[in-house]
Amino acid sequence: MDAATLELRNVSKHYPGAPKPAIDDLSLEVGAGEICVLVGPSGCGKTTAMRLVNRMIELSSGDILLDGRSVKDRKPAELRREIGYAIQQIGLFPHQTIAQNISTVPKLLGWEKGRTARRVDELLELIGLDRSLAKRYPAQLSGGQRQRVGVARALAADPPLLLMDEPFGAIDPINRERLQNEFLRLQGELRKTIVFVTHDIDEAIKMGDKIAILKEGGVLAQYAPPAELLTFPADRFVEDFVGSDRALKRLALQRVRDIDLWKAATVRVGEPSAEVARKLEDADVKYPLLVDDHGKPIGWLSQRAWQGERVTHDLRSNADPIVELDDILRDALSDLLAKDSRYGPVVDKDGCVAGVLSIEALSHALAANPEDLPSPSERAAAELGE
Amino acid sequence: MSLPAVLAQSSIKPRDRSVTGCPQNNDLCPGWIADNVDRYVDPFVRHVELTALALAFGFPIAFALAVLAYRRRWLVGPITATTGILYTLPSLAVFFLLQPVTGRGITTATIALTSYTLLILFRNIMLGLDNVPAEIKDAARGQGLSANQQLFRVELPLAAPEIFAGLRIAATTTVGLATLAFLAGAGGLGEPLFDGGDGIVFRGNVVFCGLLCVLLAALFDLVFLLVQRLASPWQRVGTA
Amino acid sequence: MSAPTVIAQGALEQFGNGLKFLVSSNTDEYGGGQVGGPGEVWDLLSKHLELSGFAVLIAVVIAVPLGLWLGHLGKGQFAASTVANVGRAVPALGVAAFLFAYLGPSKSNVIITLALLAIPPLFTNTYVGIRQVDRDVVDAARGMGFGGFRILLRLELPMALPLIFGGLRTAAVSVVATATIAPLVGVQSLGTPLIARGVYGSAGQIGAAIAVALLAIFCELLFAGLQRAVTPKGLKLGGEQRHKRRALTLTPTRKVQTP
Repeated sequence: MDAATLELRNVSKHYPGAPKPAIDDLSLEVGAGEICVLVGPSGCGKTTAMRLVNRMIELSSGDILLDGRSVKDRKPAELRREIGYAIQQIGLFPHQTIAQNISTVPKLLGWEKGRTARRVDELLELIGLDRSLAKRYPAQLSGGQRQRVGVARALAADPPLLLMDEPFGAIDPINRERLQNEFLRLQGELRKTIVFVTHDIDEAIKMGDKIAILKEGGVLAQYAPPAELLTFPADRFVEDFVGSDRALKRLALQRVRDIDLWKAATVRVGEPSAEVARKLEDADVKYPLLVDDHGKPIGWLSQRAWQGERVTHDLRSNADPIVELDDILRDALSDLLAKDSRYGPVVDKDGCVAGVLSIEALSHALAANPEDLPSPSERAAAELGE
Repeated sequence: MSLPAVLAQSSIKPRDRSVTGCPQNNDLCPGWIADNVDRYVDPFVRHVELTALALAFGFPIAFALAVLAYRRRWLVGPITATTGILYTLPSLAVFFLLQPVTGRGITTATIALTSYTLLILFRNIMLGLDNVPAEIKDAARGQGLSANQQLFRVELPLAAPEIFAGLRIAATTTVGLATLAFLAGAGGLGEPLFDGGDGIVFRGNVVFCGLLCVLLAALFDLVFLLVQRLASPWQRVGTA
Repeated sequence: MSAPTVIAQGALEQFGNGLKFLVSSNTDEYGGGQVGGPGEVWDLLSKHLELSGFAVLIAVVIAVPLGLWLGHLGKGQFAASTVANVGRAVPALGVAAFLFAYLGPSKSNVIITLALLAIPPLFTNTYVGIRQVDRDVVDAARGMGFGGFRILLRLELPMALPLIFGGLRTAAVSVVATATIAPLVGVQSLGTPLIARGVYGSAGQIGAAIAVALLAIFCELLFAGLQRAVTPKGLKLGGEQRHKRRALTLTPTRKVQTP
């Protein structure tokens, strides 16, 4: 099934007896195949908002449209079978095997046995779990494995929409990062529409095509792509919530290849010195960069090296730090700072010089229009393509 | 006015002098019991019957009540109170209180014993359902299981340990109480244990019948334990 | 008149006679003396309460210190559940008849029987009550320099009191109920008119059954009230949750019953 569009229209949730609404006039649209992250402090109603979508909680007013169709017109149980559901505590059924757990919804939908079995195999492969685990019980799996099974179960009937409530919240930081990356890779393939709830702004920035920041009382503070959120926070609340390091956070959204690099004057030993002067005029860095026969960087040349007729091997400093095109800007900046350097040569996959990354180029990138930045889905797809 | 002597006379029948051999000496008499094991068969079978009937009626009733109370929480209080009163009433009193309506016999005994199992079974079924972790209930609902599917496919299987524990408690308790069923005219092991039914009273009777009761309780316990283990293979696996 | 109506009328009449037995004396079945009425009922009731009271007292003296001690040491988990299970399986009548057969009819036999019946719920509840006290709280107390005895007295005991009184309630109610069978082994109690039909007639049986039932319910309510009274305020708040956790942690396969 393809991805569906999701629209929340003036959605409100009022609990009887509560002085304030849990969700107050929330409107947002999620495009097909997009990850929409709901984020905010505890008590902001992010989970409530998510649970309104599959009618785990009933709307007080407003409407929610799934592919243009109101969820209010659907029977709750049937609606939920069409929407993948994954939660932090996973909630695998301990009395059923992994295979039985994954086939929960297909069974409810009355799939025939062969089709269900094939689908289970397919999903186990997709989440990178050995097929021999299918007959195990959840208690026999590690936390990370269980979390993957939870995702597989949510995907079982190929739902056009996935609801995920802090799906990686209970995992240690190292494994969480791995699962996040795995999931983004998976999403690059599947292109589902996803509503993802988290309280962690870093996770939101990493996972979200668009982020909805909610404040207390279920009021939408801002709904925007991560870069825009970080560059132009709508109000003080958003500014505080994303943190004072929001400029730095933006660096995590881009890779070195995404920004305008400085041009370097690359020279080889034995080249005429006149040539060096000519190349330097074109370059942004005022020092020539010595490379070997394959174009790999060796170091920055000293003034003396090209005083004579031809260039000699006389360095003022080595080429460190060497940055790769695929490095995340945040990591590249960290390398520069670690080496106490204002710039470093950038190399491609083969190790050949592709340009120079400088502090100035970085700050220029931070000032750029957020519209130009790629979304996580695009990034994931780009990685798959490579 | 007190008449202990009269009572001892009237409630404990004099030994039947026509019986000869070991019982006359009021001993354990294992040999005599082995030779006359027939006289214990009917009471034993009746005892099994009484226990089984009480559970066979008590379980469906308690089950229905528990499912009802699970869906409508406000019923928990009234049902607990009602079954609690039935549990508190001494079974001996109930045996007699029922007699004007249902007469003497197995019906009266079964009703009394059944009413006694209700609280134990109801509480344990409720406990089992309540103990199912919230996230599992949430996941079941979130995946689109209907209320009945949630109950029968997820919640009840997971409540099995508590439900079976309830059955085991109810069974052993009922075996003990059924020893009094003979006072309602329903027979059971209480008869030979107490007055031999045929008036043959000796120490061996008490010991042997008491042992039979304990054995029977252990047997019921074992059967339920076995069924539970067979029905929940997932509980036996080790953790990762 | 239809059959059910006849039965209903007959039953009502018998219950009426039963109640009459409790409030006024009647001629006995032999026609020789007077039975029933407040005087005799009161006499039997006091005998009944004497048996029950001594039995519960003995059980408390034995079971509670033992449960406190083992619970405090954290030993005897197996013993606790075994005592609970065996206690349920052995029929009270069996014990009573056994003692009767070997020691003859005497009050002390009945009291011992009833005490044996009361020990399991008292012991297990005391044990569980101590064990379910949050180990972190005990650790914190130890960290503050509390000694073992002081922890037991100041911390574990107050927090275990509701459960201990729950055990007392179970024990007392079942002892009061079971004391009814005392006349079967030649000792008088409220059960006497039940067993000695030959003397008291069916009115005596019904009347005594009503009296015994009322006594059990009264006892249940009394001890339930007592249990509520000893529950510290802080524990009342999270009551439901605590009960669930206890049942889960102590005996995974066998629940401790505290009706």
